[in-house]
Formats: sequence, C-alpha cells, structure tokens
Amino acid sequence: MQKSKCGGQNDRSVTLSAVEGSLSLALGLCLSLSLCLASEAPSGDEILRKVDANNYADTRVAVSQMVIHLTRASRTVKAKSWIEGENKSFTSFLYPPRDAGTKMLKLKDELWMYTPETDRTIMISGHMLRQSVMGSDLSYEDMMEDHKLIDQYSSKVTGDDTVLGRKCWVLELTAKEPDVNYHSCRVWVDKERYVPMRENRYAKSGTLLKTTEVKNVSQHQGRWVPDRVTFKDALKSGEGTEFILDSIRFNVQIPDYMFSKAALKK
Amino acid sequence: MIGFLFKGLLRDRSRSLFPVLVVVAGVMLTVFMEAWISGENHEFIRASAAFQTGHVKVTTRAYAAKADEMPNDLAIEGLGQLLSELRQEFPQMVWTPRIRFGGLLDVPDSLGETRTQGPVGGMAVDLLSDSSPELKLLNLEPSIVQGRMPHAPGELIVSDDLARKLKIGPGDRVTLFGSTMYGSMATANFTVAGTIRFGITALDRGMIIADVADIQAALDMDDAAGEVVGFFRNGQYNDRQAQRVTKTFNGKYAGSDDQFAPVMAALPDQGGLRQVLVLHGFSLGLIITVFLTAMSLVLWNAGLMGSLRRYGEFGVRLAIGERKAHLYRTLVAESVMVGIIGTALGTAVGLAVSYWFQVHGLNVASMMKGSSAMYSSVLRPYVTPACWVIGLIPGLGATVVGAMISGATVFRRQTATLIKELEL
Repeated sequence: MQKSKCGGQNDRSVTLSAVEGSLSLALGLCLSLSLCLASEAPSGDEILRKVDANNYADTRVAVSQMVIHLTRASRTVKAKSWIEGENKSFTSFLYPPRDAGTKMLKLKDELWMYTPETDRTIMISGHMLRQSVMGSDLSYEDMMEDHKLIDQYSSKVTGDDTVLGRKCWVLELTAKEPDVNYHSCRVWVDKERYVPMRENRYAKSGTLLKTTEVKNVSQHQGRWVPDRVTFKDALKSGEGTEFILDSIRFNVQIPDYMFSKAALKK
Repeated sequence: MIGFLFKGLLRDRSRSLFPVLVVVAGVMLTVFMEAWISGENHEFIRASAAFQTGHVKVTTRAYAAKADEMPNDLAIEGLGQLLSELRQEFPQMVWTPRIRFGGLLDVPDSLGETRTQGPVGGMAVDLLSDSSPELKLLNLEPSIVQGRMPHAPGELIVSDDLARKLKIGPGDRVTLFGSTMYGSMATANFTVAGTIRFGITALDRGMIIADVADIQAALDMDDAAGEVVGFFRNGQYNDRQAQRVTKTFNGKYAGSDDQFAPVMAALPDQGGLRQVLVLHGFSLGLIITVFLTAMSLVLWNAGLMGSLRRYGEFGVRLAIGERKAHLYRTLVAESVMVGIIGTALGTAVGLAVSYWFQVHGLNVASMMKGSSAMYSSVLRPYVTPACWVIGLIPGLGATVVGAMISGATVFRRQTATLIKELEL
C-alpha cells in the first residue's frame, strides 16, 4: 500500500492504506535520519528516494479509523487492512454495523468490493473511482495510488518551513506523466524523519484539490509513522476527514489467499 | 344582398375558389404553427414539472442551494410529518416524495462478479402504493418497452437504451452501488421489472426508476427524502396559485435560520427556469409574430390582386349606374365572406392536422443524440384556445384590409376611357 504522503501518489489511500503509506514514509525518514542531520539540503530527488525507500515494507497489517465530518454529523469508520508490497491490499470494515463485513481488495490497478447485504463482488471503475470512499475526503482513486514518488514526480526543493514544530523541506513536485492523479504537489517533508508532514495536491489548472496535514507522528517497530492525519477535499466544504492509526505491524506473514477475490466472501 | 353576393361568388370561381383556397392555406399554416409552438412550450413545462421541478417543490434550504449535485446528505428528515402537513394545508395539490441519486448499476456474471456496469441517474418515486400519483404524472405505464411496471419491493425499471447497453432485460438481477445519506457505501440488489423509454433523450440515456421505499432503505434514508413535489390536481401549472402556496409555506419558516428548514419553490423559480421560460416565451412569440405578419401580407396581397384584377368590372358597373360607395361596400362584403369561409375551413383543417400530430407526435430522437435538455424527443403540437381564433387575423383581417385598400381605387375610377380600356 502506499502511503499518504506525497503528492500524487501515496496518499491516495484512505483507511489503512493511507496510514501505512505515511508510516512507510516515516520509516524511511528514520533510516535516513542520521544522514540528514548533515545539514546541507539534499536535492528533491534525494529526499523523495529516502521517503520512498522508507515508505514500503514487505507487508503491513493495520487497524485504523476514519472520522468523517458530515454536514449533519460526524461518523467513525473502523477497518483492518492487510498490505503486501505496492500492489496488493485487503481491507475489511469493522464498524459501524451497517458497513461491517464490507471488504475491499486491490490487485494492481483493479479495485473490487464485496458487501454482505448483496453478496456481490463489484468492480469499482470509471468515474466511480473518483467518488468519495465512505463519505470521506478521499476517493477510491486516492486509495488506488501506490507508485513511488520518485517514479511519478520530478521535484525541487523550494524552501524551509516548520510544521508541527518540526523543521521541514518544502518540495515542489510535478508529474512526469499525464496520467498521474495529481498534476503537482507541494510537500513539507520532515528533515529528520522524512515524514511528509503536510501536502497540497493540485490539478493541472493550478486548482487545489486535496490537502493532507499530519497531526501526530509516533514510532512503531522503530519506524516513524504518522498516526493522526487530516485529509481535506479542497473542493468540498466541511472539516475534512481525520485518520487515526490504532495499530500497525510490519513484515508479518499474510497468507496468499488474502489477496484473492475468494477471500472477499469469507 | 348577402345572398346575391354569395351566389355571385359561387358562380364566378375566379372570385371565390382561388381566394378561398389561398385563405384556407394561410390560415391552416397559421393555426398549425400556433399549435406547434404552443406544443413546444407546453411540453417543456410538462416535462420539467414531471421529471424535475413539480409545480412546486419542497427541499431543505441546504439541499436547494446544491440541488444540481443531488445532495442527499442534506435531505429532508421527518418526511412523514412534512407530507402530512402539506396535504392538510394545501389539499388543492397532490404531494409526493422523491429521491434523486446517482450511482453505478452493476450486472453480475454467473459467479456474482461484475460482468458489466454503467453509471446511472436514478429517481425514486412512489411506485407501489395505491394512491400514488406518480404513474400518471410520469406517464410510466404507456412508456414501458419491455416487461412491466414494478409490482413488488426490490424491482426497478431501467431506460431501454441503458438496458440495451448493459444487455439486461426483465427478470435480470442488478446491483445498485452508490452512497447513503450519511456518506457510507450503499449497495442493493434489484430485479429489472421492465425497460422504459421516456421520450426525453437526457433521461433515456441512463435512467432508472425504483420505489421510494426501496431507495430509502438502500440509501439509509429512513423517513427522509431529497424532495417533496406538489402538482395541481388538474395537471395544469398555475403560476399565481403556485406563488401563493409558496409564499404561505415559506412564511412559516421565515424566522428560522436553520439550513435544514424546508423551503418551497415554484416551477419557474428552480434552476433558472424562469429566465428560460421568459426567453422561451419571447422567442416563440417572436416566431409566431413574424409568421403571422408574413401570412397576413400574403393574404393581403391576394386581396389586392383580386380587386385589381376586377378593375374593368368596376368600370362597367359604374358605367351602368352603380354608385361607387355601393360598389365599395359589395367588394368589402365579398372579402368578408371569402375571409370567413376561408378562415373557418383553414382553422378546421389546421386543427385537424394539429390534433393528429398531437396524438401521434413526430419522433426526432435521431436528431437529439447527446442532448441533456428536458425536451421530449417526440415533438407534438398542442391545441390551445388561441388556435381556434388566431386564423382570424390573417384569414379575415388581412383579406378584408387588403380588399378595403385596393377597393379604394373604386372612388378614383373614371368611366370616360372605359370603352378604350375595354377595347370595344
């Protein structure tokens, strides 16, 4: 799965995926911590490589919540995700009762969904990929994004800033290919932990589409992982969607059947 | 004298048959044009009211502000109580709830996995209760192409074009995939009861209609609906009454700043329809005026030509002692008779042709591919009271005026050169 951070790519994950992406990034950051202290600003590509390098574990299992603020009320969605590499993820929704038992399977560029009330396995495609996931500020397309930043974006460091008390480099990312979800991004990357702390994603027209703001970062199995993140669809009114990571485990054994359509009905 | 003149007209076909035929043709075209243009206007209002606006519509204020987005998260809650109040306070109207929604219609294969799917726009209406006005309002049953109307919960009807595209038909199982009122994922299985052609290209592309109770369950909208529409019981939109109802209803909530308070809007006050209707009316008025003027000029000219052609006859009649004023009066009287007969016949033929098209329509679907306007792809004239009298303007008015102007030459007519003119 991917992370949430970078611009274009990672953050498209919602639930666990989003978190994990962020986690991976954090991990990468940690690893490069010592190097970074060196002081001189590395190039944008160097930073992205470090973010990417730490953004992926072989496998991850996470339990997370999304607090979705709607016009009339807020609601919480809880899910557990199993992620393997960049192309496979399986998510099972645990709460609320209406959504419990709904499962999502991502296999490369395909996204499948199973709902127990219909006993159907439905492929999410076309314009539906741009729809909100569970009413959140993230789209299915966001969830699908899993490529490394360095492969998708050219980058340059444009300055320094402080986010949440952490010193960050500010990077401008521009998509290398037209089929990337977001044409450009501005990312604030923690100089020590290499965690993207804030992210603004733009359309080709320059319109701000999504924002991501990390509210807290903690260590899990020695990796720095954002465990509270606010996602905001800039085209919608509202307070955004809060992502809360309850738990995460890295490099755990996940059975192969978990990433099959048959697993959706189990 | 009228009888004498009438016999003269019948016996001299050059004074009766041709002028009457010209008037009949002109009046018939005028009547048909009036009916056709009225039909366009009538159909636009009917289709807009039936499928979009109602004669009046109640939503929440927040929903009304984003109505184009079908924001069911801003829907009316406490639907039952609102409906009860509306039916009690405004019994002159029929009130019914509707839910508009978008989503994906997914068709399974034998394993229950996606075989094909397509985006749909949906409308949930009261299909199953005995007192529902929707079947008549939306003209659903006559529009069924295959299968039948839903008779039980869990059934829906699909636009015939969409059904062909997805290769589904009556009896097939489909799954609706969308969002609940609270933003959650909504999925529900349905059986296709039938396919339908609305005759409105924008709807025929990808519309489904399901019972409102089914959609309330699927979208987690218990006792909620996006909108409540009201229709006058006679089926005709009356702007004055609609504005009165709207003002009375909205007055009750004037003091509230709750964005979820209900608000009512009349047909023209939704989606900029008033401007559209004003422009529409102006354009149609302009077209009918230009046509009417042209038709009047043609018939007026025919009257002139007829009188001038009889220049020699006038000379002879004056020479044998007929007074100029009498001659002028007979000329005008003849034109009145020609005008009345021609107008009556032309109106009758025009109304007959208009009624035929009103019943059978003219299918122009092939010319409207891609249209998103709420226009029917089957064009029909609509016979209004104006159609019965509008022919008098060119048929009688223009003919008589033409005769009066050309007949004025009678008063300048000299008989001194009559022999020479007649080459006797």
